[in-house]
Amino acid sequence: MTLNDVKEILEADVLVGAEQLDKPVKTAFAADLMSDVLAFAKPEAMLLTGLTNPQVVRTADILDITAIIMVRGKKPSEETIKLAKELKIPILSTRYILFETSGRLHARGVTGCIEKVGGEM
Amino acid sequence: MGEALNFEKSFEVEGGSFQNAGNVSGQIKGILKDLGVSTDIVRRVAIICYESEINIVSYAKRGTITLSVTDEAVKIESKDEGPGIPDIELAMQEGYSTASAAVREMGFGAGMGLANMKKYSDHLIITSELGVGTCVKMMVMNFQKMLHPDLPPFTL
Repeated sequence: MTLNDVKEILEADVLVGAEQLDKPVKTAFAADLMSDVLAFAKPEAMLLTGLTNPQVVRTADILDITAIIMVRGKKPSEETIKLAKELKIPILSTRYILFETSGRLHARGVTGCIEKVGGEM
Repeated sequence: MGEALNFEKSFEVEGGSFQNAGNVSGQIKGILKDLGVSTDIVRRVAIICYESEINIVSYAKRGTITLSVTDEAVKIESKDEGPGIPDIELAMQEGYSTASAAVREMGFGAGMGLANMKKYSDHLIITSELGVGTCVKMMVMNFQKMLHPDLPPFTL
């Protein structure tokens, strides 16, 4: 699956990174708590979140996240967009709620970057 | 074998504003990549730097993050001028936090910061003085180099 497939499945707007839609995606992590993202997300995963501040982009950059999917129709600030462009991290925005976003992607073969917590690094 | 690696640099972090939070971690990540440090170690160091930065921004007036890199390890020292931590053992517990609403709105302050710093480093030492500040020293070991001393640093 590519980021373009994700865009179609989620009927998403591409806010940053239209030139990166051919990127392959396999896994995802969903949370509104950036500390949990830092604790559990893995490189190459997509980040599904309802947060829109620049720290989401910073967190994605630190972890080598493939793309940020903002759920519930959230639109990021100019500052967030600017930072994402600078760090070349795609941002997609979908009107689906987090549960639906995760479900639709999972049904199409995207898996969690980890299944459950405990003991993993 | 080439020259032994010995790199050190300090970065100032301004407390109170999230505006530039993450900037230093981004720079440190770039430096480590340029030094040829392995991806896994870069990621772990980037995470502990970022959590350190968020802590300084969230609680302190200002702080300094110092990066040192040798063949055997990457060290991060995060030293701040802040309120200090009254009970370090309690602060290290996952879920314990004294963060403000503003910090929580940014997606932090859930009591995971110090726990994450411990999780991603091989050694962590924390000292704190009330009304003066807190110092966290962390080390990520390059075990591959220690197991295989003949290899050039950070090739695996």
